[in-house]
Amino acid sequence: MSTTEAKANTAAPTIEIEGLNKWFGAFHVLRDINLAVAERERIVVCGPSGSGKSTLIRCINRLEEHQEGRIVVDGTRLTNDLKNIDAVRREVGMVFQSFNLFPHLTVIENCTLAPIWVRKTPKAEAEAVAMEYLERVKIPEQADKYPGQLSGGQQQRVAIARSLCMRPKIMLFDEPTSALDPEMIKEVLDVMVDLADTGMTMLVVTHEMGFAAQVADRVIFMDEGQIVEQNNPDAFFNNPQSDRTKLFLSQILSH
Amino acid sequence: MSDKAFHRTHSEMLNERPAPTSTVGVIGWVRANLFGGPLNTALTLLSVLLLYWSVPPLLDWAFFSADFTGNRGSECTAEGACWAWLDQRIEQFLYGFYPQEFYWRVNLSIALLFPALAFVLFDGLPCARYGRWFSLLYPVIAATLLVGGFGLEGVTTDKFGGFMLNLVAGLSGIVLSLPVGVLLALGRRSNLPIVRYLCIGFIEFIRGVPLITLLFVAIVILQLFLPPEVSLDQLARVMIMITLFASAYMAEVIRGGLQAIPKGQYEAAQAMGLNYWKSMRLIILPQVLKISIPGIVNTFIGLFKDTTLVIIIGLFDILGQARLLQTNPEWIGKVDHETFMLAALFFFVICFSISRYSIRLERRLDTNKR
Repeated sequence: MSTTEAKANTAAPTIEIEGLNKWFGAFHVLRDINLAVAERERIVVCGPSGSGKSTLIRCINRLEEHQEGRIVVDGTRLTNDLKNIDAVRREVGMVFQSFNLFPHLTVIENCTLAPIWVRKTPKAEAEAVAMEYLERVKIPEQADKYPGQLSGGQQQRVAIARSLCMRPKIMLFDEPTSALDPEMIKEVLDVMVDLADTGMTMLVVTHEMGFAAQVADRVIFMDEGQIVEQNNPDAFFNNPQSDRTKLFLSQILSH
Repeated sequence: MSDKAFHRTHSEMLNERPAPTSTVGVIGWVRANLFGGPLNTALTLLSVLLLYWSVPPLLDWAFFSADFTGNRGSECTAEGACWAWLDQRIEQFLYGFYPQEFYWRVNLSIALLFPALAFVLFDGLPCARYGRWFSLLYPVIAATLLVGGFGLEGVTTDKFGGFMLNLVAGLSGIVLSLPVGVLLALGRRSNLPIVRYLCIGFIEFIRGVPLITLLFVAIVILQLFLPPEVSLDQLARVMIMITLFASAYMAEVIRGGLQAIPKGQYEAAQAMGLNYWKSMRLIILPQVLKISIPGIVNTFIGLFKDTTLVIIIGLFDILGQARLLQTNPEWIGKVDHETFMLAALFFFVICFSISRYSIRLERRLDTNKR
C-alpha cells in the first residue's frame, strides 16, 4: 500500500467522487469515476486529449454539471443547490489554460476582486493579502499593470496568485502551462512546486511529466472517460501496468 | 570545412539607429500620404480642386454677400444668404414657445448639465464623490426647473420647443435607453425561457415597426386602452416611445458585445464564487460596454436625431421652427436654406461632440497599450 492511500484512509477525504457519470449530449465523457483526494494530497491527472481529464476537474467546482454520481467537496455535496455550489467555489481555486485574467482590471484589482466581493474582506486588507501572494509568485512590481501588458508566464502567475487570494483549501489546475511559450513554462512550474511545498491540496491536469515526478503523490491516467491507472509517480513512470498507459508514456516521453 | 561554412558568431550586438528622415516628420507624412503614387497624387489634386470650387462660393454665400439686417424677407436684397431673421427669431429656435420670463430656468438647467455630465464622463475631477450625487440628482433638478414645482410656476410641456426640446428628449432618451437595453440584452440570453421569449418578442416587435408608427400608437391608440381619467403627458409618451425604440437597438448592440466576451471570463468569474449579477456587473458588462462603444454611440446619435419626430404631436423642435419660419408670410421664399442650415449646425455640433468623446473614451479604456 502506498503512502498516499495510507494518508487517504486516515482522515475523511477532502474531495470524494463516487460513481460519477457525465454526458455531453449523447457523448459519454466521464464513465463511472471513483476518486478520493486526501487533504494536502497532490494529484496529477494525465491522458490523451479528449480523455475527460479537464471535464473531471471542472466537475469539482461545478463549471460542468454531472448527471450521475456523488461529488462531495470539503463536506459539501454538489447538487443543483446554488448555496452549495457557492460554498464549494469559495474553497476551491482554479487556474485555467488560457489564464482568464480580467483584462479591464489591473493585476492587483484582479487579485482583490473576489476577496472583496465574495468574502467581504476590507479593501486594504485584501490588497495586503494580494501583495503577499504577488510576492510569492515573484511579480509584486507588476501590481498596477494591466494583464495585456504582461507576458504569458507572468499572466499565469498572476492567475495563480488571484486564486490563492481567496485562501482556498483546494487548487485545481487545468493545463496551466499548455498555452505558454517554452521559456515561460518553468517560471510557472516553479511557482506550482513552491505551492505544493506549502501543503496545498492540488489537482493538476498537465502533460509536464517532470512536474508530476517531482511533486505528485499520485498520478492518474485517464483515457476514454475512465481512470485507467493510478499509482505513485515512481511506479507509474517506471512500471506502468496497462498497455494504454505504456503507449501514452512512450508517446509523450519519446522526445 | 563544412563546420566553418555554417558557423557564425556575432560578438557585438547592433546598436539602435534613428529611422531615415524621409519616413518621419511632416515631409515624410506628406510624401507617404498625399503623393505616395500616381493614383494617390491624382486624388490629392482632385480633392484640392473640389475644395477650391466649393468652399469660396459657400463662404461668399454665407457671409460675404449675405444680408444680416432687416425686419422681413423682402429687405434681404443681397445675392447671398438672408440672416436677418436670426436677430428676432433665434430665441424661438432655441426655446420654442417657452415663456420668455422663464428662459433663465432653461439656461440654468443647461448650465447645470455640464457639471452633471462632467462628473459622469471624466475621471479625476475634484469632489468627484459629491459630484456623482449631483449627477444622479440632476434629472430631478432639471425636470423641476423645466416644468415647475417646488415653488416654481408650472410650464406645460406643449410650450417646449426649439433646440431645447431636442436636448430634453434626446438626453433623457440617451440616459434611459442604455440601462433598458442592457437589461433586454441580458434577458435575451437568460436561461429562463419566459424572460427570454418576452425579451426576444419585445426587441423584434419594436425593431420591426417604424418609429413613427409607434409614436402614432402611443398618441392615438394608447388612450383608448387607458381609463379616461388617466392622461399621460403627450411629450412623455413620445419620449418613452423614442427611448423604447432606441433600447431595442441598444439591446442588440449589447448582445453582440456579450457574445464577443470569451467563455473563460464567465468561467473565471464563476470559479471565484461570484454570482450572476456580480459577475455581470464587475466582470462582463465593463468589458461589453467598452467593446460596444461604437455601436452604442451610433444608437445614441440616431436617437438624438429621431427627436425631430416630436413634430407629429404638434410640438415645434428646432426643425419645426425652421419649417414655421419658412411658411411665415414675412419671410416666405427667403429663408429655406438658411433655417435648415442652422438646424443642421446645431445637430452636427452635438452629434460630433458625442462621437469625439466616444473616441477619447475608447482610448482611455484601452488597457493593452504598453
